[in-house]
Amino acid sequence: MPRPKIKEDHWLARPQTIRILWISFVVILASTVIADFFVHHDARFGIEGTFGFYAWYGFLSCVVLIFISRALGVFLKRPDDYYDR
Amino acid sequence: MTASLGGLGYLLMPGVVMMAAGFVLFFLRGPGRNALIFLAPLAVLSLVWLLPEGRSEPIRWLGYELVPFHSDALGRLFGTVFAFTAFAAGIYALRQERRAEIPVAFIYAGAALGVVFAADLITLFVFWEMMAVGSALIVWMGGSGARGAGLRYIVIHLLGGVLLMAGIAGQVAETGTIAFQAMHADSPAKWLILSGFLINAGAWPMSAWLPDSYPEASWSGMVFLSAFTTKTAVLVLLRGFPGEDILIVVGLIMVFYGIVYAILENDMRRILAYSIVNQVGFMVAAIGIGSELALNGAAAHAFVHIIYKALLLMSAGSVLLMTGRRKCSELGGLFRTMPLTTICGLVGALSISAFPLTSGFVAKSMISDGAWDDGLAVVWFLLTTASAGVFLHAGIKFPWFVFFQKDSGLRPPDPPWNMRAAMLLMSFVSIGIGIFPAPFYRLLPYPVDFVPYTGAHVVSQLQLLLFSGLAFFLLLGWLKRTDTITLDIDWLWRRLGPMIYGMLDSGSDRAWQALVRRSQRSGERLMRTIYRHHGPQGVLARAWPTGSIALWAVFLLGAYLIFYYF
Repeated sequence: MPRPKIKEDHWLARPQTIRILWISFVVILASTVIADFFVHHDARFGIEGTFGFYAWYGFLSCVVLIFISRALGVFLKRPDDYYDR
Repeated sequence: MTASLGGLGYLLMPGVVMMAAGFVLFFLRGPGRNALIFLAPLAVLSLVWLLPEGRSEPIRWLGYELVPFHSDALGRLFGTVFAFTAFAAGIYALRQERRAEIPVAFIYAGAALGVVFAADLITLFVFWEMMAVGSALIVWMGGSGARGAGLRYIVIHLLGGVLLMAGIAGQVAETGTIAFQAMHADSPAKWLILSGFLINAGAWPMSAWLPDSYPEASWSGMVFLSAFTTKTAVLVLLRGFPGEDILIVVGLIMVFYGIVYAILENDMRRILAYSIVNQVGFMVAAIGIGSELALNGAAAHAFVHIIYKALLLMSAGSVLLMTGRRKCSELGGLFRTMPLTTICGLVGALSISAFPLTSGFVAKSMISDGAWDDGLAVVWFLLTTASAGVFLHAGIKFPWFVFFQKDSGLRPPDPPWNMRAAMLLMSFVSIGIGIFPAPFYRLLPYPVDFVPYTGAHVVSQLQLLLFSGLAFFLLLGWLKRTDTITLDIDWLWRRLGPMIYGMLDSGSDRAWQALVRRSQRSGERLMRTIYRHHGPQGVLARAWPTGSIALWAVFLLGAYLIFYYF
């Protein structure tokens, strides 16, 4: 498919938009943590009621999952024509 | 009510009507066909709600009491979402070039509806097998690339059917009844039934069939496939094995299997297939927890998952149809020219991640709260990790790599109107349930005493998901797509099996050659001996002179005389 000749890319793909998106993302992240001052989390197991628990737990969960996946990938990844050969 | 659905009334069973519509569709063309694709699922949907609650009159058959139709809250919930999804997917697939796909899909949907309302194990089994055949045909209709995957699919499902049949036979021998009711896996027969159900649910280690076969179906075929088989398995587990502890473990394995494989996957439709296993894992784990809240959560999650997964697959199918590509490494930047597909895909992605104001949020929080209420700490922490993982592999990864990331240079337009309409319909329902959960909660099997929109729920979910998003973008380099697949259990029968067979085959080939050579040689030797003795120059073939015969005769007679005297 030929690429239409446009001087400027879609507004969503411009660097300044991406900068604004990142800044607003960080602001939103911070505000969800600040919201913890105003809501009460019931705690049954103890730790899940502490300040900012879901924030660091979510972040850490993903880091761990990505790490495990990459480690497994070392052993289990094959070229995608593996079964066709 | 028992009497009102006897005799001809059975022809009004939702499953039967849906299947009949499928058969008629084979012979229709033009506007009549389109009208039936439109109206049949709606008629079935109204039947689901018009047919009276309770069991139908039993049919006597070979000494068994069949109860093919039993309407209850759970059945109506699944019946509703099956009929609705058949409706939306039918509209979506209207222009599918393979004209047999919708008729077969309707028969397949009818079989699933048959399972939903079956109250005895024999009826259940019959519809179960029809479902296997119907779905395998849909896979095969994906074209020549789907041949092997379809074959592997049908073999696994027939194996599941055999396990189920053996279990049913054992159950009948033990209890003397074919009624399908809640049980505990405490005998070999029930273990067999449970494993038959779990194979259809895509439970690990028999999960590889799902990402192997579904993505090979056509762009519209996978929408149908995602809705019925795994979710009927969830339904029969809900009916048959609520509170079975082992299901918590099985479900959690499925959840993490789905996440890890989806993170490693490059094919957008295989990502979504792994994500089906992941989502069904949440439901299976909830069934294992077994409290009313958790069972409601499993049923609710199945309902909303069917809708947002169909939506995600519709947007992926649109991309596949318009670009002919499936690999993330070849896609990207499509938001420029496919805005509607992008937005609908994002709605599906946010729903599956259980963002507040989407259907996933009002359903999935019931499952984690179920674990929490029962004090199952490990289960709760793992489910919370998994919720973050869902956002990672389906919520961001799918839309990011397909619609955003780099500019692939592709400029396909949005798909035709009917596909856009189907995607919009699913998007509206996904968000509608998220914003107004009350009517949806009334459909659930147990009374709902659950408030999804509390400050704590919303804030904790937003923290969890948004910080997962942060992890995704910070570790993007590690998530870069490569042209690879990831080996699964099916390597055993796709690679190891043929390898062993090949080795045995070449081994036995050598042995056979040796045998042939040896018998050839001994045969030749035998022939040479015969030739030597009987051939033209052979001792026994010579013409002997009369004199020598007389001499030999005298010699023999002389010998005889000598022996006689001694």
